[in-house]
Amino acid sequence: MTEIRNYTMNFGPQHPAAHGVLRLVMEMDGEVVERIDPHIGLLHRATEKLAESKPYNHSIGYMDRLDYVSMMCNEHAYVLAIEKLLGVTPPLRAQYIRVMFSEITRIRNHLLWIAAHGLDIGAMAIFLYAFREREDLCDIYEATSGARLHAAYFRPGGVYRDLPEKMPQYSASRVHNEKQTREKNINREGSVLDFIDSFVSRFPGCVDEYETLLTDNRIWKQRTVDIGIVSGERALQLGFTGPMLRGSGVEWDLRRRQPYEVYPDLDFDIPLGSTGDCYDRYLVRVEEMRQSNRIIRQCVDWLREHPGPVMIEDHKLAPPTRREMKEDMESLIHHFKLFSEGYSTPVGQVYQAVEAPKGEFGVFIVSDGANKPYRLKIRAPGFAHIASLDEMSRGHMLADVVAIIGTQDIVFGEVDR
Amino acid sequence: MTTPSPADNTDVPEAQSEALAGLNALAESFGTRVERAFDENTIVVERGKLFELLKSLRDDPRGRFEQLIDLCGIDFSDYQSQASSHPNRFAVVYHLLSISRNDRLRVLAYLPEDHPCVPTVIPIWACADWYEREAFDLFGILFEGHPDLRRLLTDYGFIGFPFRKDFPLSGHVEMRFDEDKGRVVYEPVSIAPRVTVPRVIRQDRNDD
Repeated sequence: MTEIRNYTMNFGPQHPAAHGVLRLVMEMDGEVVERIDPHIGLLHRATEKLAESKPYNHSIGYMDRLDYVSMMCNEHAYVLAIEKLLGVTPPLRAQYIRVMFSEITRIRNHLLWIAAHGLDIGAMAIFLYAFREREDLCDIYEATSGARLHAAYFRPGGVYRDLPEKMPQYSASRVHNEKQTREKNINREGSVLDFIDSFVSRFPGCVDEYETLLTDNRIWKQRTVDIGIVSGERALQLGFTGPMLRGSGVEWDLRRRQPYEVYPDLDFDIPLGSTGDCYDRYLVRVEEMRQSNRIIRQCVDWLREHPGPVMIEDHKLAPPTRREMKEDMESLIHHFKLFSEGYSTPVGQVYQAVEAPKGEFGVFIVSDGANKPYRLKIRAPGFAHIASLDEMSRGHMLADVVAIIGTQDIVFGEVDR
Repeated sequence: MTTPSPADNTDVPEAQSEALAGLNALAESFGTRVERAFDENTIVVERGKLFELLKSLRDDPRGRFEQLIDLCGIDFSDYQSQASSHPNRFAVVYHLLSISRNDRLRVLAYLPEDHPCVPTVIPIWACADWYEREAFDLFGILFEGHPDLRRLLTDYGFIGFPFRKDFPLSGHVEMRFDEDKGRVVYEPVSIAPRVTVPRVIRQDRNDD
């Protein structure tokens, strides 16, 4: 009998299935993984250290770039932590807008996840379907904040501006004639809220389409069922949060158990898995998209009925309007001080977590009373998940590692920070 | 708009106060107590008792903290405030979460500058592995008994502990691809550190 040696194999750091820059050093026994040593940090930008050298508001943009597929959820944790430190509460309308955008972001994240995860393990078409809807959500982002990805829309004390009254429309070009343009603009006649409304009505049908492609698909099931099983108890030990934890059957959702903003007033369900394999986590995330859709619907209905301010009046925290700034001396001083120096926070330590699409995204701020955080620590959900890659992959085939990376929904912006 | 500082908020809802009393009793058996600020609980413990405290926080029915949510280091060497004092340069902070009791807790232990070392908590929570590697990488805090204390986030062959306050924001070396040598070379940084917005502490907001 021939002697079989273990091979050490390198995976990445540039690999389409690595979801970014991940290097794995794998010890293989034939096709079977014996041990994995993930090397992370190739996208490390020292966001936490950078934040220490900047006034609080300057770092909101950095938060977008952490988990760069769920931008507003990261901002949400950061501004909530600052608000906790300052002891301010934003107006109710701002809270509804924030929650609505957090859920829009959750759908965006899950759409990208399902597209990339599908592509990784052989389902090509889902990518095209998911990106069709994601495009509309990018447009909502752009119409509201001015940016399709890195919004910097949430601010301590509220949001940067109210939802616009008008949704931007396509204009005819050499590529699209008048008739095609009219068809594309059909949902864009009214305000941004109308556009979100039309999206929310349409979206459950789209999720049905994704499910038709995948849920009972034989190949999809062969690639995901019983792959990367984690028991509920082990998931707690490994620090899992979010869909990774709920996929293992542990009912834990910060939106329900430690609610923030207006989540107590909203009606939604929390999906749970049973076996804790890749397929369960897939089902959990698909159901989460439907539930997020429900939440957005409730927020849209509320926002239609309740106009009002979206930012607190305190000009030590929120800039005065442009008009006030030009006409009133005190407003000019406030404006100048706010943009040149920022605001100081009370001395203390706060930790604020939100239920981000990937799990618990937390921000820990140590303040010494200055206009900059003394220490900012970001608790990224993906960090704990990728740390368990070794344990989850042992005994699986090489191709399953790709499925496990996919199911963990890894984004290196937040893992490396 | 002025609001009372949330740091002074001492009133606790009925259901929480019982849990808080239980935690306090647990903390007192380790010679410390629970401090409450911003609606959050903190236990400051000396490092000799750290491991035993954390273990009981997980196993004791008054604790039941099943999850270690976060672990990080702090360097207090540049701390400006007079309001709170920090006896040592470094600190290691554990953020715990109890799923069954729906509670959070922060445990903080100060470490001396000359030998910042704490026992590893991997036997208590498996996920501590990478968090400890990160704290070692960025602050140089040592975790006694850690099976694999390598650098995690920084470059291969990196020198220094970048998140310490005496490490410049722009770093010490920069790298580029050298056409002649045909490889990546490291050189001293060509940019000078620059403060865009000075650090100021305004008392007016802190006092009210």
